[in-house]
Amino acid sequence: MTTIDVNGKPLETDAAPDTPLLWVLRDHLGLTGTKFGCGQALCGACTVHVDGQPVRSCVVPLSSVGSAAVTTIEGLSPDRSHAVQQAWMELDVPQCGYCQSGQIMSASALLAKNPQPTDADIDDALAGNICRCGTYSRIRKAVHRAADLLRAKAAPAAAPATKEG
Amino acid sequence: MDPRPDIADALPATTRRDFLKASALAGGGLVLGITLGGCAKPAALGGAGGQPVAWLRIGGDDRITVLVDRSEMGQGVYTALTQLIAEELGIAPSRIQVESAPVGAAYLNALLGAQITGGSTSVRDAWEKLRKAGAQARTMLVQAAAAHWGVKEAALKVEDGAVLHGSERLTYGQLAEAAAKLPVPDKVALKDPKDFTTVGKPQPRLDTASKVDGSAVYGIDVKLPGMLHAALAQPPALGGKLVSFDAKAAEAMPGVRKVLATASGVVVVADHWWQAKKALAAVAIRWDAGPNAALDNAAIRAKLRAAAARPGKPVRSDGDAAAALKGAAKVVRATYELPLLAHATLEPQNCTADVRADGADIHVNTQTQTIAQGAVATLLGFKPEQVRIHTTLLGGGFGRRLEVDYIPAAVEASKAVGKPVKLIWSREDDTTHDTYRPPAHDEVAGGFDAGGKLVAWQLHLTSPSITARMFPAVVENAVDPFAVEAAANYPYDVPNVAVDYNREEVGIDVGYWRSVSHSLNCFVAESFMDELAHAAGKDPYAFRAALLDKQPRFKRVLDAAAQKAGWGKAPAGHHQGIALMEGYGTYMAQVVEVSVTGGALKVHRITCAVDCGRMVNPNIVDQQVEGSILFGLTAALWGEITLKGGQVQEKNFDRYRLLRLHESPHIDVVLLDSTEAPGGMGEPGTAVVGPALANAIFAATGKRLRALPIARQGVVKV
Repeated sequence: MTTIDVNGKPLETDAAPDTPLLWVLRDHLGLTGTKFGCGQALCGACTVHVDGQPVRSCVVPLSSVGSAAVTTIEGLSPDRSHAVQQAWMELDVPQCGYCQSGQIMSASALLAKNPQPTDADIDDALAGNICRCGTYSRIRKAVHRAADLLRAKAAPAAAPATKEG
Repeated sequence: MDPRPDIADALPATTRRDFLKASALAGGGLVLGITLGGCAKPAALGGAGGQPVAWLRIGGDDRITVLVDRSEMGQGVYTALTQLIAEELGIAPSRIQVESAPVGAAYLNALLGAQITGGSTSVRDAWEKLRKAGAQARTMLVQAAAAHWGVKEAALKVEDGAVLHGSERLTYGQLAEAAAKLPVPDKVALKDPKDFTTVGKPQPRLDTASKVDGSAVYGIDVKLPGMLHAALAQPPALGGKLVSFDAKAAEAMPGVRKVLATASGVVVVADHWWQAKKALAAVAIRWDAGPNAALDNAAIRAKLRAAAARPGKPVRSDGDAAAALKGAAKVVRATYELPLLAHATLEPQNCTADVRADGADIHVNTQTQTIAQGAVATLLGFKPEQVRIHTTLLGGGFGRRLEVDYIPAAVEASKAVGKPVKLIWSREDDTTHDTYRPPAHDEVAGGFDAGGKLVAWQLHLTSPSITARMFPAVVENAVDPFAVEAAANYPYDVPNVAVDYNREEVGIDVGYWRSVSHSLNCFVAESFMDELAHAAGKDPYAFRAALLDKQPRFKRVLDAAAQKAGWGKAPAGHHQGIALMEGYGTYMAQVVEVSVTGGALKVHRITCAVDCGRMVNPNIVDQQVEGSILFGLTAALWGEITLKGGQVQEKNFDRYRLLRLHESPHIDVVLLDSTEAPGGMGEPGTAVVGPALANAIFAATGKRLRALPIARQGVVKV
């Protein structure tokens, strides 16, 4: 048995140590929001956060996860309230939707470290996520929109700081 | 695929069980004419008057459910078809729950003769039918309310899921039980389009929320109690066969329950998919390469080229093109060759089967419920109604899931182990065992008279037929209608036009790929129109426009695209190409703007003008335009399947390259208002972008691309 920290909870699995994290999440833990696309870190559909970093879970063996915190699309927010999810809904980004968990996890990891990304930053951060339906123009707009939403959320806290300055 | 009702003739005859009358729900409520099981030809439905209402369930608790009979693969049918019902029912679409419909006679696509999502037909087929269903339900609810209050129906109005009489109000849920006892009205009046409140307006999709939190259920996400997981090894050479296998080592591996031979190949069933996949690698398998042991792309090209020497079956003949070419002052000829393409749905093929002695439940991301049901019934020796198809969301379709090749192995495995089995193809399985877009060898000629007028157009198409395999009755003694799209309807005002088609099989199965033969023939026709424009010394836009005076819808989209794109006014160093097409009842023109710097291509901007008749949801039309363009752009830039010894060499996205965010150009979409009948929107954009791009590259380099993909032609680097 291995215990891993997924979405803030310790979860036990009897998966073999070489099982990719993707299949541990999907088959053993029932978290099917993370998708299988290629199995070789080429499409990004399986993107999750490991200690906040976006990783392709299809090539991460269970044995390498250790005590790291894993966040999946199911754990991004309990109620679709994360700014990226909000922006995705506002702009109606998904078509078939299969890649979108991965897109959202890549976008949210980007915004966590770069709250005001340029188009070039977005290109870099999301180049690993294929969307076969071609939702890219809405993805780009939605990342910018999510950045706006995050800024608006942060604004009340920022206001007093400005006064003091 | 364009609609061809006679496809029904090619379907197996099956029984059906219709419940045409409204019936009361046990819990109090209304189920309007739910139809169960079976399938039938459209004629068996008894015409429009006898059409059952099979799309709506209203519960006593005001829960309103629409059963959508088309597969949601990103094209937005769950939203658009629900809007059609909601419009007449008198309720906001957002208050409606969507479920996928079972297989049923009521759910036949009248344009295709089976329960199929394809050919960009969903809205065209549903446009009248679902509005009528909504109006029937509303009428019954109003009648029930009128009886309750003892007033005339004319004294009542409906408002967002309730019937109002002065200040009194009854919700649909409160009325459902009484309404269910009324006969379904045959004749109902439909709203004047000027009174539409949801149809024709940009509306949010109903499936978006579930697609941003991971809760949407695709085929690959199906979970059943006691379910096992399976992986499949198929013959490496297309058309190959299993000779023998030794599963001793695999059977000893953790979690493995069974290793079996199926008609598709060797299957390992295990507790988890990764265990099955690992164990599969430990099975020693001997394959016979079969008849394609020596097949490669050069052999396919040579076969098509040789076949092109034969005359084809006539598709269209206006005037006498051969004589006009003979007498022409100037003749231009060219040969175009197009490659095999994979669908590459991001969700790999998969199927979950639960086979029991008395029936089977199949949970599958199919585009064709009728054929899936028939295939499973035949395999198991069941009657069709013993096979229930549960349609999940599709992680992309693009025509790939019109095939049912990924279903039988799961069924055979479930039968063998007596438990539900989910079988998932790996990406490598998916890329190497697709039914590929047909390759083509096309010869085209144009002739000008002494005054420089285009007087002859001759297009000689050679390619394998998809429909001959899928629906043989359709092409018996006839041309495959899905091989001559965007060729038979050549729109330009030319007095002598000849189009013919020469079927030549190449040894492997080919399949319907988003926009089907439009993607082949539009490339040839619109690239060659560009060649003719340059041969005539004319501007490619003006040359086309001058030949479209009798085609106002073509002319309108051409003008609109040219205007929006700033035709002829590209920034310094940028070059434009233009192309147009009618397909699926939709008229479209695109302008692509590129630059070539140091031999490297950059696609800066794509402008697309669309007249698709009446729109149900411009938000979704816009999505489909952008998505279909990028699908076609990907193929034009990089798409090619390469065979060696009958085996597909591209296995994953490293070699079967798909467009990414940073490679995606700016797209401007111009949606033109129209009161024409709705056209299909899922596919046309895919076909038009290739020629517009190749024409732009010609403008930039002076080099004509007569084969694709661009990456392999040595003209520009991409």
